[in-house]
Amino acid sequence: MSTFLGIPAPRGVGHLRGDRSFPDAARGALADSQLRRNLGHATRVIRGKRAAVVGELDDWEQLRLAGSALKAATMARLDEHLERLEQEVTARGGTVHWARDANEANAIVTRLVQETGASEVVKVKSMATQEIGLNEALEAAGIEAHETDLAELIVQLGGDLPSHILVPAIHRNRAEIREIFLREMPGVDPELTAEPRKLAMAARAHLRERFLRAKVAISGANFGVADTGTLLVVESEGNGRMCLTLPETLITVMGIEKVVPTWQDLEVFLQLLPRSSTGERMNPYTSAWTGVTPGDGPQAFHLVLLDNGRTAVLGDDLGRSALHCIKCSACLNVCPVYERTGGHAYGSVYPGPIGAVLSPQLTGVEDNASLPYASSLCGACFDACPVRIDIPSLLVKLRAQHVDEQRKRAVPSAEAIAMAAASWVMSSPRRFAAAEKGSRAGRLLGRRAGRIRTLPPPLSAWTASRDAPRPPSETFREWWARERGGDS
Amino acid sequence: MTARDEVLGRIRAANAAAGHPAPQEVPRDYHRAGAHPAGAPELLELFRDRLVDYKATVLEAPADDVAKAVRAALADATGRVVVPPGLPDGWWPDGLAATRVTDDGLSPADLDTAAAVLTGCAAACATTGTIALDGSPDQGRRAITLVPDVHVCVVRTDQVVQTVPEMLAALEPTRPITFVSGPSATSDIELERVEGVHGPRTLIVVLTG
Repeated sequence: MSTFLGIPAPRGVGHLRGDRSFPDAARGALADSQLRRNLGHATRVIRGKRAAVVGELDDWEQLRLAGSALKAATMARLDEHLERLEQEVTARGGTVHWARDANEANAIVTRLVQETGASEVVKVKSMATQEIGLNEALEAAGIEAHETDLAELIVQLGGDLPSHILVPAIHRNRAEIREIFLREMPGVDPELTAEPRKLAMAARAHLRERFLRAKVAISGANFGVADTGTLLVVESEGNGRMCLTLPETLITVMGIEKVVPTWQDLEVFLQLLPRSSTGERMNPYTSAWTGVTPGDGPQAFHLVLLDNGRTAVLGDDLGRSALHCIKCSACLNVCPVYERTGGHAYGSVYPGPIGAVLSPQLTGVEDNASLPYASSLCGACFDACPVRIDIPSLLVKLRAQHVDEQRKRAVPSAEAIAMAAASWVMSSPRRFAAAEKGSRAGRLLGRRAGRIRTLPPPLSAWTASRDAPRPPSETFREWWARERGGDS
Repeated sequence: MTARDEVLGRIRAANAAAGHPAPQEVPRDYHRAGAHPAGAPELLELFRDRLVDYKATVLEAPADDVAKAVRAALADATGRVVVPPGLPDGWWPDGLAATRVTDDGLSPADLDTAAAVLTGCAAACATTGTIALDGSPDQGRRAITLVPDVHVCVVRTDQVVQTVPEMLAALEPTRPITFVSGPSATSDIELERVEGVHGPRTLIVVLTG
């Protein structure tokens, strides 16, 4: 309908915003030496594994270029691909639902579960259901949702939040996980040690009965193939296969950007994704199903297609490439900012470099204004991205958008005042020279260390997390006048 | 207005706002085929290496005596071994301690008490050490290769291709497909790989032909 033209697409709701700004949230994380040790170890290990398996392929760059072009081509015809997906899923016995936002998706899933009469569901790890806060919505309706991925189980039992797209419990070490299991897992062996194998076996025993009795499962999807109606889930533990295979009813929540046009396109993504995310040549298990297959797997299948701000991102000419993300998390593991702060500081289910662009795009930059600054712009994320999303450029663009919005405010921010003052000083050589000389007063600070550890307010905001250099005894202009002054 | 119409309308409006970007030509100059034909000795060597690297066990058998390797694979199995309805003749060995049970819709609880499962496969990829199952009669329902703790999978050498694109091309997409690369594994605790969580903890590949 033409009435949509000119009306901005609604923003996403759900777990996309923190209750604090990134710098506030990061401060606590930076002071937590245990967290920094866990993160440093984990990101270093995964970076090494990824580099090794990517190095095995001599056509990696060609695969990245194909992945990037495939995503751009898909977005350009996204409506047609989704209609085709719906048609194929329906033709093969599935039911397709559409959700404008998180609330609508939660209502659809809750109703579908209630219609089965089940009071509990098993869940495959899924970013989309994290994003919409499905577990909380189900709980409010009296339905218990059991996370079955080991890391998600650790997070759920610990009453915690995920901190990484791929390994959500990356911020926990084995001793902490043991404590959580002993405290929260009914009937766990009190002699349980912190050995990862023992902890994994405890999770196996804990979940086994749940898998075997489950009537309803809820999953996300890594890919949905338009021309065949096939959905795919990529995983390692087999918890995904359990959920996708044993229950009578399967409900899959998929972001609309996860569609790929053809089965053949998977030959690109099934090479890019495992190598980029876990650093494996192929993940242990991938399940692919199309509608329902009589006699094999769930006999009722529902696919919920989720917008929740994605069409708003799509409407942004330059920013739309953030939707190309296949949620591999390679950018998190190479990011110096993520490595030091962890995922919680980003306040969204999408942390790290891609989260710093995607979350503000989904919610509107005014709702996540500090995230575009949560980056050193070093470019490592672009190099690691399997679909070549230019994250640094998107961050710069979002910063510009944020600054433009600040200009419109009635009361200018401290930063705006500082920038206006700097602009006034720098627009006149005389004023600039005077300011340079004035800066020498700063030499009174930092006399012993050669750098300034604490500046007076409001400049203390800068020195709260870094030192400022002590101003030199001579300005550049003075040096020039002394050394070369006679030549001019 | 339905959510469907609204979301599709927003997509059209978004693409219009972005100036109707034309779909790019997709460059497919990555390797779509390997250097070796299916079943070439170089591929079988690579396939073995990749499987072992992911903690699978590889046994070899001549085409006319698969049962010999299967017997070795199931030597320790006691109780029941599940097989799909279309298990090829000659794969089941004589003189096993275990009882052969043909799947006729066994419940998850029944499958949970089985010691092992014996199946064929639909295709395999050497570069990644992957086996693809598609529910054909020699592979059975997805559940039977999931719940029992040991999976013995017979792979014919002519099913082993080099690359992921070749493996995908060999499959019928609308069948229920499971790609298996080694036994169940997790790296969720300090990124230390642990084999065996919810799926079969032991994968034994019998390479034949």
